[in-house]
Amino acid sequence: MERNEGEMMKTNLLVIGGGAAGMAAAVSASNQGFKILVVERDRELGGILNQCIHNGFGLKEFKEELTGPEYASRFMNQLDELKIPYLLSTTVLDIVRKDHFTVKCSSVENGLFEIEADAVILSTGCYERTRGAILLPGERPKGIMTAGSAQRYLNKDGYLVGKNVFILGSGDIGLIMARRMTLEGAIVHGVAEIMPFSNGLTRNVVQCLHDFDIPLYLSHTVTDIRGKDRLEGITIQQVDEKFQVIPNTEKSFDVDTLLLSVGLIPDVTLFDSLTLEIDPITKSVVVDQNYETNIPGLFACGNSLHVHDLVDEVSNESKKAGEAAIRYLKFDHQNKKTLMIEKNENVRYVVPQTIAYNQLEVEHVELSFRVTKKIAQATIQVMQGDEVIQTKKARYLAPAEMLRIAVPKDKIQSDKDLILAVKEV
Amino acid sequence: MKELICIVCPVGCHLHVDDKNNITGNQCPRGLKYGLEEITHPSRIITTTVKTSNPMMPRLPVKTSSPIPKELMFQIMDRIGSEIVTKSVKINDVIIKNVLDTQVDIIATRNLNMLES
Repeated sequence: MERNEGEMMKTNLLVIGGGAAGMAAAVSASNQGFKILVVERDRELGGILNQCIHNGFGLKEFKEELTGPEYASRFMNQLDELKIPYLLSTTVLDIVRKDHFTVKCSSVENGLFEIEADAVILSTGCYERTRGAILLPGERPKGIMTAGSAQRYLNKDGYLVGKNVFILGSGDIGLIMARRMTLEGAIVHGVAEIMPFSNGLTRNVVQCLHDFDIPLYLSHTVTDIRGKDRLEGITIQQVDEKFQVIPNTEKSFDVDTLLLSVGLIPDVTLFDSLTLEIDPITKSVVVDQNYETNIPGLFACGNSLHVHDLVDEVSNESKKAGEAAIRYLKFDHQNKKTLMIEKNENVRYVVPQTIAYNQLEVEHVELSFRVTKKIAQATIQVMQGDEVIQTKKARYLAPAEMLRIAVPKDKIQSDKDLILAVKEV
Repeated sequence: MKELICIVCPVGCHLHVDDKNNITGNQCPRGLKYGLEEITHPSRIITTTVKTSNPMMPRLPVKTSSPIPKELMFQIMDRIGSEIVTKSVKINDVIIKNVLDTQVDIIATRNLNMLES
């Protein structure tokens, strides 16, 4: 992007983050007569897709099975074809909202500089929970890291972080890394999961663990870590239904590496200067059906809004956010009238959390949600008061799988909050 | 007797296979097909990386162009480990042709621009 000295960069729509979400949002917002700019802190677009070299991506979006880098390159090509400008190696430091947004950025090429934007999309992804977040006991040697860090070292930099590995947490990244490190010659001694079921896709449990005879210890957690300099060994123990450690169930493993795959948290911490309304469950911003936050013109999508199972779903959601941002630029979006979306006890979270009743501009409002427990058979209902405005049957619901229900906009009334209820049959 | 978990859909049926390759426990015909393939000739796509001589991108992600027999996974990993890419490549370019006579190629899954010196 060209810029004269001392002149502020100006754009209509600024997309922060050039990964799966940001690229899809930018693509869907283009060719509408508005200037778009994407800023990305890495030296290339694609985000986390570039280190996810395994396949299984794109079955919905492109109707074929792609690896992460292949999926990313499809969107990079679209950005190039649409001539959407982007700034690489650029970090956003702060966002200030007055009449418009002033976004403070830093890069080696441009130094400290500001971008003025009429609307902003946050597509900043998520980060991994670390050892501190789960209060692991024991010594503090090196050799303990998140599965995603190990993935980056191996797949982008070419370093295998250990030879004898144990994995805590059966999330998909942990399972994928169990296979990946095994293929590269490490011995993966096991995977421990505190829950009585795996949090990963069944496909990954089968093809990453069963294929290599890697044991999965359900209802187990790490209770000791040993090693002065480098990790020397760990102990796992079984837990009861209240997650209390059961005595005399210790199993020890002599390992030099412990990988953590214990959850992802949306990354919106950058924007402390904005008074954002936060959902305590998703740990991200509260949005309406247009993916707009409580700050007019500020949108969020992808894993920075809530953690998705599949990148295809990130792309789908982010396209809608991109289109919504364009509608914000085109139409008068003042005086929002908001309805809340409440949930019953079987629903862990729902996104969007609110409906802007006077800005129902697309035919269907799609609610994405997760359940709190495994349910074999359920009826999903969206209600306003006692009236059921949408209903759907579903089987084999699980917390690890995101669910959806679309509500036609014509059925939504202006006077009552909505309730999303999952009822066991 | 062998136990498998079907991965065709999220239901995850537990399949039982007896000595004569009779499969039970499936709830749909797709499970039958999956079970039989897993018992008779299990195959997998391998995704991994190849060394490059570009310090900015020391690893090039690659995959097998189609599934390879599962029992050859580690031999193919060894073969891929001995390769170094020194030229620019485009996505889908063949890095190793007909790896270990499997009729399957190792292909690039992203572009690599080698710096001109």
